[in-house]
Amino acid sequence: MAALDAQRGATRRTFLLGGAVAGVGAVAAIGIDAAVAARGQDAAASTPLNGEATVPFHGAHQAGIDTDAQAHVSLIALDLHDHVDRDGLRRLMRTLTDDAARLTRGEAALADTEPELAVAPARLTVTFAFGPGLVARTGAVAPSWLRPLPAFSIDRLRPEYGDGDLLLQIAADDPVTVAHAARMLLKDARAFAAPRWVQQGFRRAHGTERPGTTMRNLFGQVDGTANPVPGTAAFDEVVWAGEGWLVGGTGVVVRRIAMDLDTWDHLDRPGRDQAVGRSQSTGAPLTGTDEFDEPDFAATDAIGFPVIPDFSHVRRSRPDDPAQRIFRRGYNYDQTPAAGQLSDAGLLFVSFQADVDRQFVPIQRRLDELDLLNTWTTPIGSAVFAAPPGCAEGGFIGEGILS
Amino acid sequence: MTLRTLRFGALALVAVLALPGCAGGTAPAPAAESTSFVSSDVWVKAADGGMSAGFGELSNTGDTDLTVVSATSPATSSMQLHETVPNEAGQMVMREVEGGFVIPAHGSVELAPGGNHLMFMDVTSPLRAGDETTITLTFSDSSTAEIAAPIKEFAGANENYDGGAGESGSAGDTDMGH
Repeated sequence: MAALDAQRGATRRTFLLGGAVAGVGAVAAIGIDAAVAARGQDAAASTPLNGEATVPFHGAHQAGIDTDAQAHVSLIALDLHDHVDRDGLRRLMRTLTDDAARLTRGEAALADTEPELAVAPARLTVTFAFGPGLVARTGAVAPSWLRPLPAFSIDRLRPEYGDGDLLLQIAADDPVTVAHAARMLLKDARAFAAPRWVQQGFRRAHGTERPGTTMRNLFGQVDGTANPVPGTAAFDEVVWAGEGWLVGGTGVVVRRIAMDLDTWDHLDRPGRDQAVGRSQSTGAPLTGTDEFDEPDFAATDAIGFPVIPDFSHVRRSRPDDPAQRIFRRGYNYDQTPAAGQLSDAGLLFVSFQADVDRQFVPIQRRLDELDLLNTWTTPIGSAVFAAPPGCAEGGFIGEGILS
Repeated sequence: MTLRTLRFGALALVAVLALPGCAGGTAPAPAAESTSFVSSDVWVKAADGGMSAGFGELSNTGDTDLTVVSATSPATSSMQLHETVPNEAGQMVMREVEGGFVIPAHGSVELAPGGNHLMFMDVTSPLRAGDETTITLTFSDSSTAEIAAPIKEFAGANENYDGGAGESGSAGDTDMGH
């Protein structure tokens, strides 16, 4: 029993060291780990709770982009009231920034009527991103790609999941924390803006699997293997914008992709693997054995056909041009089905890239032209935003165009 | 003097009000800034006009009690120090506190919706959410403190105002804020 607890402690330490805690925090975590190992069960009670873990709000970049994805998310798009001008936007973003800075530290926001719900940040991040309408009101020059995506033939877009002036991405490992932060931010935004849409998503709960494990979508597929890794030069190049007020910020694409679990059920394992070009069991390309093996698109089978079919998702989505890369940070959704249906499920596709037109659109065009996976997936929502850079203490998100 | 920075955004600074007198003679001495007062998380409820209120934590780092006897803000023609108490009907009403807010030595007083608060009696320039306003407190020793308070939209803090002590009349029932 003691050994088991020690093992748990070690697992937690690994996570803390790899995640939000560094410096003094890491030393403390090691100390606690050693105590657990030494004293066994008694000390387990002093193991830090994940609810206490925080992700710094302030910095060159906003948190919630290169942050290891938390278990729960609320994506909320707001429409600005007609009367809100540049000065109003400044007041709005100052207030929301202060709320976010406090809540992500595990402190109540000013005028928080439920401060008891703020004490467990559980790696809470709040990420703000501006839609074209908001940027227009500031008088700033918007990046050329900040506009609705071009229409794709596979799209069946519903207006209730599209566009918006201001995006809040609120994510934490605890759904109560997310709900409280969302409520607080929406109350403080009420004088300036109203919710246009809310989309909630989830991944595996915290502690269910090792941090860094690629998520699986509700088709069972390993989803996001090709992502650049935060902290690498490749990630920085893909994600962070380098021009104008958006330096240190990024472009955000949100797509709601309905997944037809009923027709997917018709497909047996070989068919599923062919549609994706990867093995559902391991996520490995059909030419490899490990999830992170590079797909070999030239490999052919005994009768000369490509091992990874030309129509497969991995073949169609993989760019030949290295500039066409994106960073995906999506979530599953699974909501109340319509009468007579078993499920209303899918993927909240969220991608970050410095230039949406240069990086995202070419990939989506190829998938629009041909991707067997389109048989079972349908984009039903679409929105594009620009996430400004982060801010220092005392500053606010968006100050580059609002102050 | 010491500037105590508490938390980003939340902070209220004890500002420099008193400058060493440069004109000798008959002019009344300018109010000295309190050296033992610290505030934190002070905020004011947004209002276009009428009444509003300010809340937060007032602390005393000194060895003797500190008594807030009055408050002013450029946003209102007058301010009062209020407490919230039950009236004879058992209804919670707010009224001017007698003797001011006493902040005990090395202690603090919490001003909160439904409790003690700094009452803006007549908002003359709109308190707009996301802006800041200034509250100047005066203590019984004539020292003062200036607080920068963020303005927040807030649905609560709608206590009835019992304007005259002992009155049970219609002078009250003023919905604070809007």
